[in-house]
Amino acid sequence: MDWGSLHAILGGVNKHSTSIGKIWLTVLFIFRIMILVVAAERVWGDEQQDFVCNTLQPGCKNVCYDHFFPISHIRLWALQMIFVSTPALLVAMHVAYRRHEKKRQFRKGDQKCEYKDIEEIRRQRFHIEGSLWWTYTGSIFFRLIFEAVFMYAFYFMYDGFRMPRLMKCSAWPCPNTVDCFVSRPTEKTVFTIFMIAVSSICILLNVAELCYLVTKFFLRRSKKAGNSKQQPNHENKEETKQNEMNELISDSCQNTVIGFSS
Amino acid sequence: MSWGFLRDLLSGVNKYSTGVGRIWVAVVFMFRLLVYVAAAENIWKYEHDEFECNIKQPGCENVCFDHFFPVSHIRLWALQLIMVSTPSLLVVFHVAYRENREKRHNQKLYRNPGEIDGGLLCTYLISLILKTGFEIVFLVLFYKLYNGFKIPHLVKCDIRPCPSTVDCYISKPTEKMIFLYFLVATSCLCIILNLSELSYLILKYSLKCYLKRNMKKQQ
Repeated sequence: MDWGSLHAILGGVNKHSTSIGKIWLTVLFIFRIMILVVAAERVWGDEQQDFVCNTLQPGCKNVCYDHFFPISHIRLWALQMIFVSTPALLVAMHVAYRRHEKKRQFRKGDQKCEYKDIEEIRRQRFHIEGSLWWTYTGSIFFRLIFEAVFMYAFYFMYDGFRMPRLMKCSAWPCPNTVDCFVSRPTEKTVFTIFMIAVSSICILLNVAELCYLVTKFFLRRSKKAGNSKQQPNHENKEETKQNEMNELISDSCQNTVIGFSS
Repeated sequence: MSWGFLRDLLSGVNKYSTGVGRIWVAVVFMFRLLVYVAAAENIWKYEHDEFECNIKQPGCENVCFDHFFPVSHIRLWALQLIMVSTPSLLVVFHVAYRENREKRHNQKLYRNPGEIDGGLLCTYLISLILKTGFEIVFLVLFYKLYNGFKIPHLVKCDIRPCPSTVDCYISKPTEKMIFLYFLVATSCLCIILNLSELSYLILKYSLKCYLKRNMKKQQ
């Protein structure tokens, strides 16, 4: 059980996503989760062991570490990725529900159902329209909120995105203000900035996807409105043609009648 | 053998669940199992090494740690995940039993072996009650063992061989507390989901029975 399972779950949603959604998923897995697992976890791995305070007082190191790192970067990132991936499950559930309904229709032998077999239903790709549009847009909206909240939490907790080399700590039982040294501060700063940059890219992708979906929705609506306006014109033209033909027929009938009578 | 086994088990259960049951499986996967493996496990990894007492007396640290953490939070969490996922196996076994029966008698005995009705409904309800029961038992255990859901950064210990009352410092107490609250919140969410699924099923099938009886009376 690891991030691979998350990949399997989200991979299914990928089929029904827009192109921007697919790019977002790729960025998430390659530039965030993979970097987290392969590199960042090693950098933060020896976090507390190598956190050294300039004192022999037992307990001072523990207390100072807890004071400066209420929750480790690496855990915050893991939580961020889990929360950001969760809204996609809403879409997966909606698609599964639709598929279930279509399968039920198929089993009942409903003539409206246009599928030849259950395999086709399973393989079918649903277009993002109707209620699925609302679910999908809602999921992107939640993703954006979670990304923003976590980025703010990072900024708020660590006073910016830089990892200082030295922290001064005077929490009890430290006997006085003690110098504490963080392990690998530069490497941690580099990775923090990298993760924040990729988060920002993901936020931009989500905003772009949201704009794309909203634009598509309004375009579709205006197309439908345009189509329904054109149809009455067509009907009018056809009506006038039919009227002309009727007149011609009635004229010719009259002529025939007159012809007979005369 | 690892958590992948539990993941496969839950995927199998998903097939025979109601809509709320599927939400429960998703919550257990994403917010409990994945958080445990990806984040929580590492916080408690070196808890004993990083537990420090203000004393040089050999054995004092060991004894104090053992006194304050009879069973580590992370182990209780793992046990809770396993116990809470296991009752769903009852449903899987019952469906397998139905399918076996159909094979043995070589005829269609059930409209759909996976459909929740009759005996399978009872099994499903029992599994829901057991799941809820286990969740509550573990929450109460957590509460009783650790005097609430707080983790102090300092504990005072005076057990032999510690010569006097000694200050012992727990590592990463804030981070551990944050994840503990997260665990409690997701447990409560799962309890609510289980109870709503239970009420939904009882209501649905009581209504079905009542309507059937009414139709029979009219006939």
